[in-house]
Amino acid sequence: MSGPSALRIIEVYPALLGTYGDHGNLLVLAQRARRHGVAVETVSVAPGQPLPRQGDVYLIGGAEDAAQVAATAMMRADGALADAVGRGAPLLAVCAGMQMLGREFPGPDGAPVAGLEVFDLVTSPGPWRAIGELVTDPAAELGLPVLTGFENHGGRTVLGPSAVPLGRVRVGFGNDDHGTEGVLAGHALGTYLHGPVLARNPALADLLLSWAAGPMAPLADPLVDQWRSERIAAAPESVRVHRKIAAERVSRSRPDAS
Amino acid sequence: MLPFWAAATLARTAAVTSRALGRGSGTVIGGQVLLRLAPDAVRRLAAGRTCALVSGSNGKTTTTRFLTDAVRSRVPVANNSTGSNMTTGIATALLDDRSPTAVLEVDEYYLPATLAATDARVVVLTNLSRDQLDRYGGVADLVESWRRMLAQAPAGTVAITTCDDPLTTYAAAAAPRAVWVGTPYRWALDSTLCPACGALLSRDGDHWWCTGCGFARPEPDWRVDGDELVDPSGVRRRIELSLPGRANLGNAALAVVAAGELGVAPEPALAAAAKVGGVEGRFSTVRRGEHEVRLLLAKNPASWSEVLDMLAGGGRPLVFASNGRAADGRDLSWLYDVPFESLAGREVRVFGERRLDMAIRLETAGARPRLAESLDDALAGLPAGPVDVVASYTALQDLLASPPWSQEARR
Repeated sequence: MSGPSALRIIEVYPALLGTYGDHGNLLVLAQRARRHGVAVETVSVAPGQPLPRQGDVYLIGGAEDAAQVAATAMMRADGALADAVGRGAPLLAVCAGMQMLGREFPGPDGAPVAGLEVFDLVTSPGPWRAIGELVTDPAAELGLPVLTGFENHGGRTVLGPSAVPLGRVRVGFGNDDHGTEGVLAGHALGTYLHGPVLARNPALADLLLSWAAGPMAPLADPLVDQWRSERIAAAPESVRVHRKIAAERVSRSRPDAS
Repeated sequence: MLPFWAAATLARTAAVTSRALGRGSGTVIGGQVLLRLAPDAVRRLAAGRTCALVSGSNGKTTTTRFLTDAVRSRVPVANNSTGSNMTTGIATALLDDRSPTAVLEVDEYYLPATLAATDARVVVLTNLSRDQLDRYGGVADLVESWRRMLAQAPAGTVAITTCDDPLTTYAAAAAPRAVWVGTPYRWALDSTLCPACGALLSRDGDHWWCTGCGFARPEPDWRVDGDELVDPSGVRRRIELSLPGRANLGNAALAVVAAGELGVAPEPALAAAAKVGGVEGRFSTVRRGEHEVRLLLAKNPASWSEVLDMLAGGGRPLVFASNGRAADGRDLSWLYDVPFESLAGREVRVFGERRLDMAIRLETAGARPRLAESLDDALAGLPAGPVDVVASYTALQDLLASPPWSQEARR
């Protein structure tokens, strides 16, 4: 905790939207801010509690379907997140978090649920889960190196006419297997990348911090560089394995034996 | 179609041949041959036997071992002790041992089919939490499938579970009869929402309840209080275990209650549990050079939380072995759901195929990871004496297949 000038990072409902390790985005962002000499205050908001209106960065993670529906209803009633996006606060929404900020997404029974319309995108249920390493080339204006992560989603996301993808798929499935990954709307980002995405891509963490607190000098992370290379190299085989499993499951419609 | 006795004979021959050729224990081959020739083998082999099934995300192997040893104090028991807990391993266990009682560890996803095939009288559900999400997606569908399974179970079926896990409680509440056990399991991040209606669950101390539909923690019939097991009439018995850790007190409690359903009194059941010194190599201590190495398994956030709780007080040097194969989960994002912050400031030596994932997670938590090439490389330079090695599922299998573990007589 820190003084009133500290950078406030808000983690939205981690008890609901934290199924796939995305809590790590908060840990990494806070750690990097400290390494940059920026004082931080992290606020993890319990479901049902009000979201702070004056956050500097908002983080939303992935979830199972029922939690996604419940969180959407709470965020709609709360209203703070839409206000924050409206004033240009940096936001990172991962997987189910991105889907719920779109126009609609599938609920537990597959029927469409209305989203919060921060992003111009629609998600519908797919016949199998897109699982595996994911590598993308981020939108050029972000000035970022290649993005690496792990995707695990049943939904197929189609971007609307006003939406810009966060990246172009190099290896993996992405939004709908047609080349786009995630969404970029000003300082609001949506992505299917877990890993967690900010641990795998420290440059993206620094970009969010720079939007909130000004330019960040580069930091040396030899271990993370090594990790990124390893995961990027492993991606083609990962995608091959998971597509094979998906095809077998569709033909048997039950979980696989090891 | 081959008569069943002929299929079983061929399968036994295949297993014996495989062993004779030095191709391993034959565990998988026998079952594979049998299921190819007779897809309903589990049903045929279980017919007329009294079966108990144990499943759950964590603790199923240990609970199965406690229960097996407890029942063996009274009658012979068939058991899949090698941890092969899918259809093949279960068929093999029943093929190899014709004892009229069987205690079987069952993979979570194979439990409904196994219950239907065996008509097991006793079903122990240890707990449910996120595990191998890149294989299975999430736990919600699993909870529903367990509930349907128990709703359709024959009248004599009893489900035994912890009432501290709302997910297994929801499943067991549909059973013809349920016995509730208060356990010291503490993972709650997969039951933020009511499994029955999707509203937020409220919690206060041990108690949990849904403000939406009224679903709530049942009063435990049995409960663990400190290191004592309190039975339904209030009688207290000490749980004395050789195995470490809070979670194993809960596993032992579930096993004692299940043993009771199979006619074994709590005293001999507790005595049997007390004698268990290691389970499939886990918890056992072996000497390697000048180090006494204790091997622990941690395979998902809930089991890691229990292991960290165990490590927090101790000052033993730590070595973590991290892989990312199918059984470990190929996506290791979940390492960030584990509260490694309790290791802040401590040095941890890390090896394995996914040592970078682990080292970077530990660094984020404020611990001091050091990369190593192998267990011996990790041990080199550590002071002589006890060392705790915490391994992922396949990293543990690899270690057990190497000396000195491979030379120990494994039960």
